[in-house]
Amino acid sequence: MDEVNVKAQIKKFIAENMLFSGDGFTHADDASLLEAGVIDSIGVMELVTFIGNTFKVTVPPEDILPDNFDSVQKLADYIHRKQA
Amino acid sequence: MCAIAGILNLADAPAPTEVALRQMLAMVRHRGPDQFGIYLNDGVGLGNARLSIIGISTGQQPISNGDGSLWIVLNGEIFNYVELRAELERKGHKFTTDCDTEVVVHAYEEYGTDCLKRLNGQFAFAIWNENDRSLFLARDRVGKRPLFYTESNGRLIFASEIKSILAAPEISAEIDPVAVEQTFTYWSTISPRTSFKGIKDVPPGHYLVAKNGNITLTSYWEVRFENEVESKLSQSGSKPLSEAALVRYKNEFHELLKDAINIRLRADVPVGAYLSGGLDSSTIAAIIRKLGVSKLDTFSIAFHDEKFDESRFQLEMAAYLGTDHHVVKASHADIGRAFPEVIWHTETPLTRTSPVPMFLLSKLVHDKGFKVVLTGEGADEFLGGYDIFKEAKIRRFWARNPSSKWRHLLLKRLYPDIANLGNAGSAYLAAFFGAGMKETGSPDYSHAIRWRNDRRNHRFFSKEFSSQIAEQRKAGGVEHEYPEGFEKWGDLEKAQYLEINIFLSQYLLSSQGDRVTMGNSVEGRCPFLDVRVMEFCNRLPSRLKMRGLIDKYILRQVASEYLPEEIWRRRKRPYRAPIHRSFFNEATPDYVRELLSESSVTASGIFNPIAVHQLVSKLEQGKSVGETDDMALVGILSTLLVQRRFVSHFTPVEPLSDRDDVKVVNRRVKNQPTCAGSVC
Repeated sequence: MDEVNVKAQIKKFIAENMLFSGDGFTHADDASLLEAGVIDSIGVMELVTFIGNTFKVTVPPEDILPDNFDSVQKLADYIHRKQA
Repeated sequence: MCAIAGILNLADAPAPTEVALRQMLAMVRHRGPDQFGIYLNDGVGLGNARLSIIGISTGQQPISNGDGSLWIVLNGEIFNYVELRAELERKGHKFTTDCDTEVVVHAYEEYGTDCLKRLNGQFAFAIWNENDRSLFLARDRVGKRPLFYTESNGRLIFASEIKSILAAPEISAEIDPVAVEQTFTYWSTISPRTSFKGIKDVPPGHYLVAKNGNITLTSYWEVRFENEVESKLSQSGSKPLSEAALVRYKNEFHELLKDAINIRLRADVPVGAYLSGGLDSSTIAAIIRKLGVSKLDTFSIAFHDEKFDESRFQLEMAAYLGTDHHVVKASHADIGRAFPEVIWHTETPLTRTSPVPMFLLSKLVHDKGFKVVLTGEGADEFLGGYDIFKEAKIRRFWARNPSSKWRHLLLKRLYPDIANLGNAGSAYLAAFFGAGMKETGSPDYSHAIRWRNDRRNHRFFSKEFSSQIAEQRKAGGVEHEYPEGFEKWGDLEKAQYLEINIFLSQYLLSSQGDRVTMGNSVEGRCPFLDVRVMEFCNRLPSRLKMRGLIDKYILRQVASEYLPEEIWRRRKRPYRAPIHRSFFNEATPDYVRELLSESSVTASGIFNPIAVHQLVSKLEQGKSVGETDDMALVGILSTLLVQRRFVSHFTPVEPLSDRDDVKVVNRRVKNQPTCAGSVC
């Protein structure tokens, strides 16, 4: 799956399950999800489950870091690394 | 415990009728089903619905002073009425009842508005002065008892519950958008705002005087901390308290608490106690037993959902104290089913379901034949019991060394869910709680993270509703004020102030307190909210409230004389109730699906139907749901219920009839024309 598609799926998931916005995901790809108030400290587990189910990657606990999860771009990069 | 209601003409208006007052009182029959009373005079009418507890045979209201120039209707209890009555009798006042209400009217005659400073109790009352034609409306210090009013068509209309005001002639409800926005941030409105435009509360610790068509509102008591120097010292740790000083504080607190409990046992009916299994209610129950009450009935809420259940501790405590213990066990379905009825009582949206089990519990109390229970509210606010106080303390500690690798990890003690994430939790803990961490001078430092997080649910508002909020905001007005001297208080005290003024008064004592106990004709009494206890706690050095990260330190010291170590040392577990599973389960109530349907949400104008649909889809799929989503669900459902029950489908019940025991005192000049129709 190419990066554009991965990002689109991530954005759709966040928009429908975290932002609850009819306007889709309106933040920049590199916007911090924590700083933008998109997710809280527990919400990250929703992302972990989503990534595991959708992209068939296993996320070990030590990977659950803001460096990997705190923006759409970081998530896409992380998925790319894991799938490589 | 009772309800009051009334109408006063501020300008030329038809005279308030007996029918109108009968209608207003019928709306709050649950608060006072035993007897009713109505007072009528030129341009004024007062009403009372009574739950008879003290002076049962003689206390029907309205009650007057000796010469009949002052007339009172009262909701509540004055616990020091025995002492106050003796004091007034020495000054020559003559009493004709055994009731605390009569003491208040004589105290007003003797001391004027200063009488409030002498009252130790929970109350909201109205006194009409026939001589100068003034109305005196007063509310207790922290808002144990509700009191609302509105001005409309040249009239002041007031009542214990908003539904009585809405049943008054020519009044209708309209949702206040800013009120909804506030509730989606603070879990309640900020006094004096209510959920309805034009209807305000008399703020806790205030009184209102209406005379010659003018209304003035005055504060007679406010939360103040008088331990500035001590609290600063305690933070630096430079001057430890002597053992003798600690013992003095502890003994004084112990004596005050015992007396606060003792005078709250004054009643001509049996008094029970709530038992949550925690420190506060357990200490109260233990002291009641020690005071010589031979038979004590205690009441607890248990949950089928083990995540929320505390029954092991409750049963242990009941066995230890030898009480006759009663339990109501709530299932998810029970909570979902009772929710609309609870909203009818709260009259405001909620972001928690916690009031619902409290409503089921007071029903159990009522069904067991009790009208009065002692409860533990107030200890967490006045003695620093909540995690939010610890969270702020840890963040300040961390802010003094932001690069520390371990200081923020103390937060794991407060948030076990995060702790369970291991290293991942640590990273997110740092990112989440690090926001604004260095802004330690901010007055709302302790609460800023919670409020910021809660505001995320504003995204469910429709564009139109958000615009209405913005328009109202443009008109000005401050959200909440900080009192004079606030900046000199200790860090813990600043956080306590916010928690007391917003959470305690506006939510805990209201939606989760008065409304859900009185909904089943039960009166809650709170020893920790005795004025002497509150003022003592506010003089305490901070470290006797929170020592390190041990909360309610001084109370634990007192409790150690009464309770097993397991209880008095036990870490506080917040009382909570299940949320999404209460609404989305095998038996999802019809009203949930109906209210959350696209057509219903669109018609409300308040919420964005797409956003609500997405939330519902998430919940129906059984995906993991965090606290923010839970709060959104309760907030949306309760707001829609408030809109339906009080705005679009408000239906007054039948007025009091001849079958009701109604005492009518008509002091109107004879032959004065009065309007007989229900529109007057």
